[in-house]
Amino acid sequence: MIVTLERAIADNVHDGDIVALEGFTHLIPFAAGHEIIRQKHRNLTLVRMTPDVIYDQMIGMGVASKLVFSWGGNPGVGSLHRFRDAVENNWPSVLDIDEHSHAGMAARYTAGASSLPFAILRGYRGSDLPKRTETIAEVECPFTGEQLAAVPAINPDVTIIHAQRADRGGNVQMWGILGVQKEAVMAAKRVIITVEEVVDSLAPVAGAVVLPTWILSAVAVVPGGAHPSYASGYSSRDNAFYSAWDEISRDRDTFQEWMKENVLEGATV
Amino acid sequence: MTATETATDTADWTSDEIMTVVAARALAGSATCFVGIGLPSEAANLARAVHEPNLVLIYESGTIGTKPSVLPLSIGDGELADTADSVVSVPEIFAYWLQGGRCDVGFLSAAQVDRFANINTTVVSRGAGKPEIRLPGAGGAPEIAAHANKTLIIVRHSKRVFVDKLDFVTTVGFGSGPDDRKKFGLHTGGPQKVITDLGVLEPDPETCELTLVAVHPGITVDQVLDATGWPLKVGDKFQVTKPPTEEELSSLRELHARTKKAHLGDT
Repeated sequence: MIVTLERAIADNVHDGDIVALEGFTHLIPFAAGHEIIRQKHRNLTLVRMTPDVIYDQMIGMGVASKLVFSWGGNPGVGSLHRFRDAVENNWPSVLDIDEHSHAGMAARYTAGASSLPFAILRGYRGSDLPKRTETIAEVECPFTGEQLAAVPAINPDVTIIHAQRADRGGNVQMWGILGVQKEAVMAAKRVIITVEEVVDSLAPVAGAVVLPTWILSAVAVVPGGAHPSYASGYSSRDNAFYSAWDEISRDRDTFQEWMKENVLEGATV
Repeated sequence: MTATETATDTADWTSDEIMTVVAARALAGSATCFVGIGLPSEAANLARAVHEPNLVLIYESGTIGTKPSVLPLSIGDGELADTADSVVSVPEIFAYWLQGGRCDVGFLSAAQVDRFANINTTVVSRGAGKPEIRLPGAGGAPEIAAHANKTLIIVRHSKRVFVDKLDFVTTVGFGSGPDDRKKFGLHTGGPQKVITDLGVLEPDPETCELTLVAVHPGITVDQVLDATGWPLKVGDKFQVTKPPTEEELSSLRELHARTKKAHLGDT
């Protein structure tokens, strides 16, 4: 169960897969994303509510052919330049997009986790999103007649998250802002989790979620594996890096040089 | 205390400062606010410091009743979770707390706004045959504007932002007029104020079209009209904004100073 990150990715991520790396600002699995880049996977459908810097890096390095998302910016800083370059100029390749609101994405994962074909929400009406996004439809409530939005379930081939710790049997514990990770894990065929550390036993923590080993495919110990995102109790968000990424990512050459130095050849950041 | 006793002079503050101060005042009397990151977050935290110490701030990262001492750079900074009454999942925050009708005010910003306070944060046209400028997209905004009892919008005023026609409707304000929210199945109030660095716009009670109801001290009506991409009407109860008080300004500046120090400390 507890394996190296290299092995976890090699065994569970395949070209053409639907892959979700989740973590809402907190606990973003950066190190795992970097390993996918190093293993040169192609044609992935990347799913994530907030693509963030990790998908900017993965898109810029050409691993993705499609992005399923709801908010694609660098939080508090501005644009994700590699994401924009892919959508606006097809660089480094064409990137199809399937675009929703946060509420829509959350509902899609919840349906996936529940093994339902679709989810409903009161949303999207009057917005132009349904004109561009094929995965939004209207349904009528059979009980009240109310018109509601329907969105299809997301069931990733593999979901990858970062968590605080695991025990030696591979049960995983996470706490703090947990976003949509539980739903993304439960919706997936395979699950990889990177953790800060392994401990003998998982002492209770307020608000913590435990994911039992038997629903997971692989656990890898990667201290600092969320950086420049953070792991509550272990690290703080590296806001200075998020600001610096704006300059690094603006230019294609500077971006490629940085990725070569820090991800392809260097240690994970 | 009257405002005039402690009022400051136009030379004492910036256009961004008065925008935030006026936006914070708009939250006086509110109990719960679902807060967007950036300008809304700044105003909501100023409101908690000066006007409504018990204002419950909710961020879409699932943090409820959060009391940050510094402004978060992102919607999910650790400070928000560490100081929250409760932290819930993202599906829960949108389904139970927002769609479930637990939020008084939704506080948003925008890339483009039209006369019916509809918002675009998705794409902006560069002209025919050219690729559109890609913006971040919807995030939580469509459902915040749909399900909060009322919505406030804070955005800097320019012709690029206040456009005659949106390139894309991401988030519905009043659609194309007074009947649309009902038609879309929305029973909440929709946008109540648009607060800018020049003044304040409010929807006309009959037509729902945004009208100018206030300019900030030192700003002329013509300046606002020049910065708006449609023939903006001036409302009947038009007035000049009260200048920031010493307390409002010093609270805002302390918030900024603490934030700057904290974010530099992260390196």
